[in-house]
Amino acid sequence: MKIAVCVSHVPDTASKIYIGSDGKSIDQTGLTYVVNPYDEFAIEEALKTKEKFGGETVAISLGTDANKETLRKALAMGIDNAVLLKDDKYRDSLSVAKALADEIKAQGAELVFFGKQSVDFDNSVVGQLTAELLGYNCVSVVVSFSLDGNKITCEREIEGGKEFIETSLPAVITAQKGLNEPRYASLKGIMAAKKKVIIEKPALQSENFVEVIAMKRPPTKQAGRIIGTDVSAVPELVKILHEEAKVI
Amino acid sequence: MTKILAFIEQRDGQIKKSSFEAAKTAFDLSQKLNATVEAVCLGNEVNNIDAVGGFGISKINFLKNPALEKYSSAYTDLVTDFINQNNFDIILFSATSLGRDLSPKVSARLNCGLAVDCINLDIVENNIIATRPIFAGKALLDLKLNSEKKIFVLRPNVFSAGTPNENKAEVNTINVEVSEPKVKVTEISKSEGKLDVAEADIIVSGGRGMKGPENFKMIEELAQLLGAAVGASRAVVDAGWRPHSEQVGQTGKTVSPTLYIAIGISGAIQHLAGMRSSKFIVAVNKDKDAPIFQSADYGIVADLFEILPALIEEIKKLKQ
Ligand SMILES: Cc1cc2nc3c(=O)[nH]c(=O)nc-3n(C[C@H](O)[C@H](O)[C@H](O)COP(=O)(O)OP(=O)(O)OC[C@H]3O[C@@H](n4cnc5c(N)ncnc54)[C@H](O)[C@@H]3O)c2cc1C
Ligand SMILES: Nc1ncnc2c1ncn2[C@@H]1O[C@H](COP(=O)(O)O)[C@@H](O)[C@H]1O
Repeated sequence: MKIAVCVSHVPDTASKIYIGSDGKSIDQTGLTYVVNPYDEFAIEEALKTKEKFGGETVAISLGTDANKETLRKALAMGIDNAVLLKDDKYRDSLSVAKALADEIKAQGAELVFFGKQSVDFDNSVVGQLTAELLGYNCVSVVVSFSLDGNKITCEREIEGGKEFIETSLPAVITAQKGLNEPRYASLKGIMAAKKKVIIEKPALQSENFVEVIAMKRPPTKQAGRIIGTDVSAVPELVKILHEEAKVI
Repeated sequence: MTKILAFIEQRDGQIKKSSFEAAKTAFDLSQKLNATVEAVCLGNEVNNIDAVGGFGISKINFLKNPALEKYSSAYTDLVTDFINQNNFDIILFSATSLGRDLSPKVSARLNCGLAVDCINLDIVENNIIATRPIFAGKALLDLKLNSEKKIFVLRPNVFSAGTPNENKAEVNTINVEVSEPKVKVTEISKSEGKLDVAEADIIVSGGRGMKGPENFKMIEELAQLLGAAVGASRAVVDAGWRPHSEQVGQTGKTVSPTLYIAIGISGAIQHLAGMRSSKFIVAVNKDKDAPIFQSADYGIVADLFEILPALIEEIKKLKQ
């Protein structure tokens, strides 16, 4: 079985974010990029599935040459092959999904893992979009996954509980924290990854429906009021919440 | 004429609160855009299905079948067909776990633009400009959708549903056929009697300052008194003191309750990412320089082990 995993290359979550001078993009100065944290769960699940059932794994990323770093990390963790779909222009999620779906089809992958969400634009949609474009079954925000022949059972996190879900291959799964513990790349893995060739292709072009009008900083909240420094502040706090803010 | 549709979600036959926010927002848009507006709901038996009337929507289409009680891939098929057959132009969902799964699937089928997790919709020259947080709320993005059909997914608890009036919506029940879905929910396990942070109006969250899992009894007691959900920082979840379902933040849940009480939480950027859009934030921390105080509306700088018992007593008095 061919298993694909889609990985995105994102600024470290601890980064300070500044708006670029065009008012429509993020200032890249000083940003360090990492593998999207949720995609590490996706990579791990792809590796575990291969270890159990055999087959071949491929990591796919759409973006610039910089994304090779993320693909190398996937290779170092144990993914067999890597494909970079090259594009340096702004794309909306549906346009990303169209290019990924095109490559997944070309690869003939029957099972595809995504992260639940890219921690840059926080859309949480590319997995579901890609699945529909491919006509694959799709379960998002998955915290447990098991495959038996053609049959898939998973658990998905929802408000106030979990859903148990049944489906079958071909399928797209989007990984939530808790699905597994991503492994560290071994030294041997890192060395081997350096020697591997990352296949580069132009990404399938399509139109964008989402137009960026502006990016801006969130309104700054004025620092709050310190009500006190000991227990005597408690009645005052409760009074404010009850009478002024009217929230309790 | 432009046609707007609000997707109304039911769970266990009850309409979700966030769906009333979507209904009211859809109605407000219809007024501003001089458009018509309807709602659609999928299920089997739904209580108060006509209640959307109170939020301005005079007609709700009810796609009915016992197989639609729980979420499945049949929802994608039915909602897409319904939108296409009735030529809706603008569709609103709420960003619940169902809405976040379903809306992109529908958008791929319709080949249309999608804006998820919107916190504001403005109208500029007859176009909807949506605002959504990016980079975990460290920046905001204003966007416009340029496709014919447009889908907006609203962050729960942000758009006001207002106070409903007495009006009841006309219910157009359509008994639909559902073939065996390819992806289906077989069972739902509920965290017993517990309110989920994603849905609560008030959240009491504890961090590493709580020192150990046993001390969360106090957080639970305070939460119970306030009818609140219990939340946690990642430090506490990673330590195994609380389940991941309670984690608030970048790798946990994004919440916007009316009141968020942070006890012994430092206010790391990844925690703030999940709760900074709360209407009121209260922080208790012994370190006056803790970053949480920058985001809090009200703070007490003191030992939480003194404050928490006093706070519980004071709330008890209030609730008597
Ligand atoms: C990729 C990534 C994702 C992350 N995602 C999340 C996330 O989703 N959610 C999240 O919360 N974090 C997340 N984090 C972790 C985050 O950076 C912080 O480490 C975490 O939020 C700290 O939790 P805390 O505030 O409970 O602990 P600490 O930072 O240790 O703070 C404890 C606080 O308690 C106070 N305190 C101690 N004793 C007392 C006392 N007796 N009385 C009063 N106050 C006291 C201290 O002054 C301190 O401010 C993430 C980190 C990374 C790198
Ligand atoms: N440019 C990209 N290249 C490859 N995979 C991507 C890309 N963007 C998003 N993804 C995948 O889609 C998931 C969800 O992303 P998003 O919908 O952007 O939040 C990510 O966790 C990745 O698995």
